Amino acid sequence: MGPLIGVLFDGFAYGMLLFLLSVGLSVTLGMMNFVNLAHCAFAMLGGYVTVTLMNVLGWPFFAAIPMAFVAAAAVSVVLERVLYRRLYQAGELDHVLLTIGLAFISVAMAAYIFGTLQQPIQTPSFLRGSIYVAGITIGIYRAFLVIIGLLVAALLVLTLEYTRFGAKVRAAVDNQRMARGLGINVDATFAITFALGSGLAGLGGALAIEIVGLDPSFAFLYLVYVLIVVSVGGLGSIWGSFVAAALIGISDVAGKYYVPELGAFLIYLVMIVLLMWRPQGLFGKR
Amino acid sequence: MNSVVASAVTPHGYLQAQARWSPLEIAFWLAAFLPFVLFPTYLSLANQIAITALFALSLDLILGYAGIVSLGHAAFFGIGAYAAGIFSKYVWGEPITGLVFAGLCAGLVGFATSFIVARFKHLTLIMMTLGIGFLVHEIANAAHWLTGGSDGLQGVRLWPIFNYFNFDLWGYTAYSYALAVLFIVFVLSRRLINSPFGLALRGIRENSTRMPAIGADSRAHIRKIYTISTAIAGLAGGLLAQTTETVSLGSIDFQRSADVVVMLVLGGAGHLYGGILGAIIFMVARDQFSGINPQFWYFPMGVLLVAVVMFLPGGILGGLARLTARFRKNPS
Repeated sequence: MGPLIGVLFDGFAYGMLLFLLSVGLSVTLGMMNFVNLAHCAFAMLGGYVTVTLMNVLGWPFFAAIPMAFVAAAAVSVVLERVLYRRLYQAGELDHVLLTIGLAFISVAMAAYIFGTLQQPIQTPSFLRGSIYVAGITIGIYRAFLVIIGLLVAALLVLTLEYTRFGAKVRAAVDNQRMARGLGINVDATFAITFALGSGLAGLGGALAIEIVGLDPSFAFLYLVYVLIVVSVGGLGSIWGSFVAAALIGISDVAGKYYVPELGAFLIYLVMIVLLMWRPQGLFGKR
Repeated sequence: MNSVVASAVTPHGYLQAQARWSPLEIAFWLAAFLPFVLFPTYLSLANQIAITALFALSLDLILGYAGIVSLGHAAFFGIGAYAAGIFSKYVWGEPITGLVFAGLCAGLVGFATSFIVARFKHLTLIMMTLGIGFLVHEIANAAHWLTGGSDGLQGVRLWPIFNYFNFDLWGYTAYSYALAVLFIVFVLSRRLINSPFGLALRGIRENSTRMPAIGADSRAHIRKIYTISTAIAGLAGGLLAQTTETVSLGSIDFQRSADVVVMLVLGGAGHLYGGILGAIIFMVARDQFSGINPQFWYFPMGVLLVAVVMFLPGGILGGLARLTARFRKNPS
């Protein structure tokens, strides 16, 4: 029983990380149908900003983390205004090509500036180690991840459900043309949403360093997981992303723990079967 | 795109006009023999280019003509490569039967997955192709006893082609072999594209909901072209396994899927020569810059992709087609 709960908890913590990385993509995809494969490049940017601030400038962990959010949001909104915006009417092939191109550039730049080695960071001492609760070991950092994930999820749901901005976002996700017809400035709403989503990815990237490390391949390695979460959870659904992220995180960790010879096989199988069953995702409307 | 048909021309006449060989095409295929004379030390590179061009051609059939974005096409390249390698190791080393076996294996898996591919669109389709690619990669990695896993498949030995042409160190035979296969498949694809079936595919690309409405079942068409395309990708993989006499996991990974999309888009998707042209440029550039860290190689590739999408939709051949069209309209 002990290992099972431990594996479940680790998987859930990993899932929360995936949730942070993917929720922004889910909402922006739902709004604009823009397949943004550079999403994890923004996450990687957040990671490298954190590493630079902490290791070069000596900032404390909790001061560097918000800057990861800000940096990723700022860079993403510039790219959105300059490049992405021109392609909203184009097909998904153009989206895929442009954003894969941006992700390639980010990988090369990260390799050029920081080298290809894993970047170490020093988390505060009270986040390290683990505690015993009712016979099972819980990593403190993983518990911290779970708390952040739950907080972000709650915050997002509250924003979307109870604010004017959230209402605009929901309207644009449900029916973009109708929302425009009602006088909602979908472009501006989208730009803000895009910045917030990329910022959350940046935050996820910063928090992921302690768990999965950071090197230039991050932009592609986790893109697959993020896309799986988004397509399984359904576009534009925060709750869907949350459940899918938890599901994928747990099946990945459990798969690697109990049947290591299968490797990542299980997770792709879960995705294909789920999408066969529900092509629009678990909670998708379209 | 080249879908503008003068109203006076019958569909049959249009297809016939498209199918005519132009002098430029004949010149191109004659130029394919130049490496034998001009760059005899680069024949193994020429062989790689011919194989990659064949792979890009296979992707062009589904991406360029039927509009199916696949990010997992390397799966079929890899299946072909492993099939050819394993065939020569355990059955016999005769190359042509081995190659046919590689194409058949990839085509069979392609046929099985075509039912999935034909059902979905947009993001779900991309995820499905991606998922199939990763799944096959994981299987190849896990089946260590059969594929050698990350060590690569060793012990591939081939007999001479027709029991006469040995695979030499310089790649004379390898390049001739790959070029011959490329040419045969190209001619067949060309025939396929300039048939009513090919026209229906372009219809699906332009408007996939309208095609069933005018009596062409797009799903059946997609299944057919996807199976054909995967079989060709398998042939390309088989060629690589046979001419290099080894198969590594690199022949099946995401990088290869992404590379081939880049090549095709650079050359011009939806033109039969797009993939071939893209493969030549891509492979020569990579050979020239092979000294630098592979991670830096991503930079020019990324810039290229962004530039093509932003400024050169339709790739090089698309750009050229627009130029000639403008020139013909108002010859100054």
